Amino acid sequence: MTQHPDYPSQPDCRDALETLYHYLDGELTEGRRQDIKHHLERCSPCLEAFDFEAELKMVIARHCRDRVPEHLRVRVVMALAEASRQESQSG
Amino acid sequence: MQHMGSLYTAALRMTRNPSDAEDLVQETYLKAYRAFGTFQEGTNLKAWLYKILTNTFINSYRSRKRRPEQTDLDDVEDLYLYRRLGGLEAASAGRSAEEEVMEHFTEGDVKAAVEALPEQFRMAVLLADVEGFSYKEIADILDIPIGTVMSRLHRGRRALQKTLHQFAVARGLAEPVAETAR
Repeated sequence: MTQHPDYPSQPDCRDALETLYHYLDGELTEGRRQDIKHHLERCSPCLEAFDFEAELKMVIARHCRDRVPEHLRVRVVMALAEASRQESQSG
Repeated sequence: MQHMGSLYTAALRMTRNPSDAEDLVQETYLKAYRAFGTFQEGTNLKAWLYKILTNTFINSYRSRKRRPEQTDLDDVEDLYLYRRLGGLEAASAGRSAEEEVMEHFTEGDVKAAVEALPEQFRMAVLLADVEGFSYKEIADILDIPIGTVMSRLHRGRRALQKTLHQFAVARGLAEPVAETAR
């Protein structure tokens, strides 16, 4: 698809790009979501920008995971057991 | 122990310190245990735990600092990283180059970029992008209006992209920003 030389100054493209995060975050009404979806089907530069941001969002989520250290699990279980013991004694 | 992985990850990004993160997670579970009577069955348990986690962080960990955290952010444009990598330009051809840069970001890069965000922006980005909470859930967890959630998320994401771009430049994967071209 050929790109308009003034891209993305066309109203539909501007509208899509301004709504990009709301779209990716699943925060648009169904009607608005459909409008953007239809635009993306027709406009490959916008689709590419959306794909990039969607991919980046996934990269961030994937790289921000940490394994819980085993000693922390043990610590929390013991702290909760202690809290429960104190509760049953005072009650 | 439900949701501990998510809570620990968030605690690490908030405190930026494993020992504080462990204390924060333990305190969160203890508070949740004691307050369980106030949890409404059928509502979102994960969001409820996050609210306790963030409140505990704000009330006890943050106040240990002598000065409130700098909250200024350079305001950069939307889609900062994509634009810097040549996206949205009329004359560019292949698009895969931009996505390829992303594959080079390591876990360390992404964590460092998130942790470099001022706290209020960091929390919004974590809750939305890492945990997938809705704007309304984030508003409830952080006790701020939805409009504030959106603006923090927006600015936080742009700043995060700016940091990632700097990493890409440092690795020779992207062109530095030409000062004269701005």
